[in-house]
Amino acid sequence: MADIASRPLATDRPAPSATARLAVLRETLRETLARRAEAVVIPVAALLVGLALFSLFIAALDKSPLQFFELMWRGGFGSWFSFQNALARAAPLLLAALCVALPARLGLVVIGGEGAIVLGALAAAAIAPPLRGVPPLLVLPAMALAGMVVGGLWIGAVGALRHWRAVNETISSLLMTYIAIALMNHLVEGPLRDPASLNKPSTLPLDAAYRIGPLPGLDVHWGLVVGTVVCLAAWVLIDKTRWGFAARIVGGNVRAAQLQGLPVARLTIGFCALAGACAGLAGMIEVAAVQGSANASLAAGYGYAGILVAFLARHNPLAIVPVAILLGGVEASGGLIQRRMDLPNATVLVLQGVLFVATLFSETFYGRFKAFNPDLWKRRD
Amino acid sequence: MSAIGPSATGKAIAVETIGMTMRFGTFTALDDVSMKVSAGSFHALLGENGAGKSTLVKCMMGFNHPTEGALLVNNREVTVADPNDAAEHGLGMVYQHFTLVPSLTGAENLVISRRNVPRVIDWARERKALAAFMTTMPFDLPLDVPVRDLAAGEKQKLEIVKQLYLDRRFLVLDEPTSVLTPTEAHEVLGLVRQMTLAGDLTVLMISHKFHEVTAFADAFTVLRKGRFTGSGKVGEHDARSMAAMMIGDQPVATLASRTPLVADAPTVLAVRGLEASDRTGLKTIAIDHVEVHAGEIVGIAGISGNGQKEFTEVLGGQRARRAGDIRVKGKPYGATRRETQELAVRFIPEEPLRNACAPRMTVAENIAFRTFDLDAGGRRISWISVAAMKARAAELVAQFKVKAASLASPLQSLSGGNVQRAVLARELSGEVDLLIVANPCFGLDFSAVAEIRARLMTARNGGTAVLLISEDLDELLELSDRILVMSDGRIVHETPIATASVQTIGEYMAGHH
Repeated sequence: MADIASRPLATDRPAPSATARLAVLRETLRETLARRAEAVVIPVAALLVGLALFSLFIAALDKSPLQFFELMWRGGFGSWFSFQNALARAAPLLLAALCVALPARLGLVVIGGEGAIVLGALAAAAIAPPLRGVPPLLVLPAMALAGMVVGGLWIGAVGALRHWRAVNETISSLLMTYIAIALMNHLVEGPLRDPASLNKPSTLPLDAAYRIGPLPGLDVHWGLVVGTVVCLAAWVLIDKTRWGFAARIVGGNVRAAQLQGLPVARLTIGFCALAGACAGLAGMIEVAAVQGSANASLAAGYGYAGILVAFLARHNPLAIVPVAILLGGVEASGGLIQRRMDLPNATVLVLQGVLFVATLFSETFYGRFKAFNPDLWKRRD
Repeated sequence: MSAIGPSATGKAIAVETIGMTMRFGTFTALDDVSMKVSAGSFHALLGENGAGKSTLVKCMMGFNHPTEGALLVNNREVTVADPNDAAEHGLGMVYQHFTLVPSLTGAENLVISRRNVPRVIDWARERKALAAFMTTMPFDLPLDVPVRDLAAGEKQKLEIVKQLYLDRRFLVLDEPTSVLTPTEAHEVLGLVRQMTLAGDLTVLMISHKFHEVTAFADAFTVLRKGRFTGSGKVGEHDARSMAAMMIGDQPVATLASRTPLVADAPTVLAVRGLEASDRTGLKTIAIDHVEVHAGEIVGIAGISGNGQKEFTEVLGGQRARRAGDIRVKGKPYGATRRETQELAVRFIPEEPLRNACAPRMTVAENIAFRTFDLDAGGRRISWISVAAMKARAAELVAQFKVKAASLASPLQSLSGGNVQRAVLARELSGEVDLLIVANPCFGLDFSAVAEIRARLMTARNGGTAVLLISEDLDELLELSDRILVMSDGRIVHETPIATASVQTIGEYMAGHH
């Protein structure tokens, strides 16, 4: 049977002239620029508004906001030393943010990355001791795999609950984080405890051979490179492959996706599992590069900071890289600010909270400004 | 108004428009229309889709501000700046679609619709006042039941009662019977007619159903392309002369003529013993046997909420089935992507923006939903090509005349008609062996409706099997080769179009079988 679209009813347009084509091209370029600019200007503006609000908070404490920002610059970005500190702190944020950004493309707000980080780290730390003596080139991938599988199962379960039982993924992932931390504490203090760890219950320490070292010539571990590469891969997955496109359809409208015959269950659970695998990998790196064993220090809040990074980056994996470094710098400066300004440690958390609220609020402005929205400037009436 | 309902005697008001003109930019939607609706009359406003009926009514109700012209209420000129002003003058409107809150009872709906609801509502007192008010109404309605449990006819009556409760004595009824069965329509219009005869109410009814106009209205006004083309008393004109005023000298736009049915055309869709839960989960829809052959349109009629929606959802993979067998071209069909692509199954669901599109994705992306994972030769690909997507979208947008600012605009920035055109462009391009369509013309303008119906007929003539689920009986009668009636989750009647009788279909729709 013939192509329906080419049957009658169709109208043929005359081919446009060269000048007309040029005008169309210019118009298209202008539109594209406007739409791209919106994606940069609004988040940056939100960041500035957040900082301004935070200044008021600092001023209310009778401290100088200027001094605060100056110290933040010095502690996070001002010197090579402090910038390396920022990069080191950005490393886990990259993967933690992906744990939020990937499900977000399906329209899911998963905030339980912390749980997947903790359990991924525990799995990686637990699998290493029995493999003692095996070459690191085999053990490190095995540890990464263990962390990713456990993290993937954890957040994959959130996706499965959401798809088959209609359990709200935000609530379930948050609550499952508490379970994850409790589970880790139980195992670290019980079956997996290193008898030698007295004050701070931990798993058996990793052999030095199984630790992830710093990048050559830097004081930043390899986690930064791994995180950046995974972010790139996630961007390719979402923007360039059919699975990413299908996931965006599911996120745009589940009913439309069903009508297209897309495997909604597999996409939902698969993307959640992938997100959990990213967080699990972050946990493995945290164990292998920083802690050296699994213990309570793993629940350091990277999973929560990752939420902020993902939202600031508007769930775009490429934007996650610079945003994570920015937030890494903010965290790196915390100690310096605390010492110099006599501010409580939680001040940086307040800053993160204010930035988060400003970012969420800015979501309501997309498409509202004529300068950024060709649909508005083209509307005639 | 007071908490106690108005007394209902001799309160009908007269309304008149003089030289009403409405321009949108260079487009004149309404051109110098004068219409007189005398107090206590049941006046019909006739015209094709797009003739300007809605624009005229919106000007009267304060939704539109006429470019020129005046509105007279009881022979006094009034200015209506917004719908609140219209309400002050006693002008009210009952929309085609229900505006009641489904989870609240009738009584609650009535009380909260008042403009001066007290902060604390004394329900005992309100109930007493309502009971007193209802004794003045010819309608008998259960006011203590949540509105979602009312039948469509009861909801329509409640909408009318609400307007009267708010003391509006000039009512515009916008195609009031489009969601009712013929019996319900007859009852509601009869009661409204009684009230106008008693002088309690003036009614202006927008309709294109001549049989309603001749049975209930006493006067009519006809518009065509925004202009007044005639008026008169109903008894003095027959349907033919009214149709002439509506359509003018031009021939009626007709569908691509229907090619004769092919004898023993292959069965494309075969449904047997299908069972699924309805949306409440309490009832079951059970389709014993439905077949659609190549080159025919099978229409499914039924009042909204009798399982048609669930049936469409099962076919579209949006609802799980409990039992039964669905085959397309003899192969089992479970609505997976591979099956829809290999068996060439397409869908045009109702409310396309809600059911068939991702509103925030771009026009080009939405048009690519069927083909993003295939290359030009129809083979599965892993890497999508944005350039190919855009090129194809540009072609289809031109071919289906979709008006969009650009291909990169979010789909939700398009008008309803253009969203539907974009969906048609996507679903009707390429090979289509089975097309499942639900209420495709809901809420669309005249040109879009005509085009969609023509495309469905063209597809049918080309050999596509079309299953058309619609709540618009006229649409079904116009397009279908066979009509099935669905009631209470079951197919209760089947008739070829040649022997179809509106009355019989209506009885089956209403569950009298």
